[in-house]
Amino acid sequence: MEQYSSKVMEHFAQPHNVGEIENADGVGTVGNPVCGDVMRLYIKVENNVITDAKFKTFGCGAAIATSSMVTDLVKGKTIDEALKISNAAVAEALGGLPKVKMHCSVLAEEALKSALDDYYKKRACRHR
Amino acid sequence: MRKVYLDHGATTPAHPGVVEAMMPYFSGKFGNPSNLHDLGREAKNAVEEARAKTAALIGAKAEEIFFTSSGTESNNFAVKGLAQANSQKGNHIVVSQMEHFSVLHPVKTLEKAGFKVTAVVPDKQGLIDPGAVARAITRETVLVSIMHANNEIGTLQPIEEIGKITKEKGVLFHTDAVASVGWVPVDVASLGVDALSLSGHQFYGPKGAAALFVRKGVRIKPQIEGGVQEDGRRGGTENVPAIVGLGKAAEIAAADIPNRMSYLTPLRDRLLTGLRDRVADMVLNGHPTLRLPHSVNVSLLFVEGESMLLFLNMQGIYVSSGSACTSRSLKSSHVLSCIGTDAAAANGTLLMTLGMGTTAEDVDYVIETLPPIVQRLREMSPLYEDMIKNRQTT
Repeated sequence: MEQYSSKVMEHFAQPHNVGEIENADGVGTVGNPVCGDVMRLYIKVENNVITDAKFKTFGCGAAIATSSMVTDLVKGKTIDEALKISNAAVAEALGGLPKVKMHCSVLAEEALKSALDDYYKKRACRHR
Repeated sequence: MRKVYLDHGATTPAHPGVVEAMMPYFSGKFGNPSNLHDLGREAKNAVEEARAKTAALIGAKAEEIFFTSSGTESNNFAVKGLAQANSQKGNHIVVSQMEHFSVLHPVKTLEKAGFKVTAVVPDKQGLIDPGAVARAITRETVLVSIMHANNEIGTLQPIEEIGKITKEKGVLFHTDAVASVGWVPVDVASLGVDALSLSGHQFYGPKGAAALFVRKGVRIKPQIEGGVQEDGRRGGTENVPAIVGLGKAAEIAAADIPNRMSYLTPLRDRLLTGLRDRVADMVLNGHPTLRLPHSVNVSLLFVEGESMLLFLNMQGIYVSSGSACTSRSLKSSHVLSCIGTDAAAANGTLLMTLGMGTTAEDVDYVIETLPPIVQRLREMSPLYEDMIKNRQTT
């Protein structure tokens, strides 16, 4: 069995923020079922602040734990702050990840970036 | 909490009788079989007794059994040793795509050294067509290596039919029977094989002792040189306690195989049927009937194997997965991919292998425990969400 930190196991066994957000301001889906991980992240934005975040993930223990952690980290952050959340920060908040699972934290960062990207696109459409 | 070990395909516990047989050979009867004094002779006799018992399990002669350290070593020895010792005849090898890496990787090494290789593709249930093997054999073919039972999907191959073809064409035939010996009858004469790999810890023997059967008169090039042990074919001081354990495990298995098959087959089917009744979108991998009596391999669509494995572990259930995430290489199983399982489904694969210690209550506990885990992970899965939305719109 992979050696996961207790923090990873905690977030895997009882993940935070699982689900969808109806009419989300941004949705990002990254990953590929072939590689074994797909993450979908939903965000709600009010006055430039991320007020809610939820996720759905198909993946291993680390993929679920990093999804849970990145949604925790992003809540209450401004867009600029959220853009600065790195994969290393997600992994660190989880007490580290096994080397072969670091790509899961990269996926979590990408899912967040993709959701923010979607938020910008939607906003641009509205303002047009 | 109940503990249910359903990973007998990974390894089995040593039978108490095996442990008991081994104990004297660690410190009391510790002699080196190569020595002529009494202690050496005592160890030598124990090794030879184990050789006779191992031979008896597969219908071989004692002098046709060469002890090795593992199934992997036996397969390496067979593939390289047979190809190299018979290369004057030709340089072509036939294998299947679903062979264990301990066959495929040495074959790749031989390919780099100038051998040509044909890898036969199994059908969707993991069966190799003997006709395809016949068509793959050329005048240059020196060796065919096709496994008896696949270690992941459990499909039993028509080895007897392939054996008739290789005999007729005068080509050496090796079978990797590591997954099947001890669970189903294996007889080298009726299978028609020239070499066969088996491993002790796969059927209640200890780790560290395995064997390669090589038919008398067949030339094989040693891969571990510098020792006279094993008739000069495999150097290195014998792992006497483990070899004694392997012999004992072979003796127990020889008498118990019919009982094992009649105990395990209904239990295997109870597990599969029970899960089928409770979980939608589940696919059995491998052949429904031509399979090992203790092996269940299923893909649970829209969920990932490691997650299931971790949740099952928390409930005391120990299984394996063919998912990319559980392998160090981060690649999903080559076996599943060559039988045409799509990669997403392969990532949701659970391999459950039962043993003689598995009870109907254990199986029922798994049938109770797994479905809610799958449901919970599906509710978390974007692939499941997409599938539901697609079903609603179509």
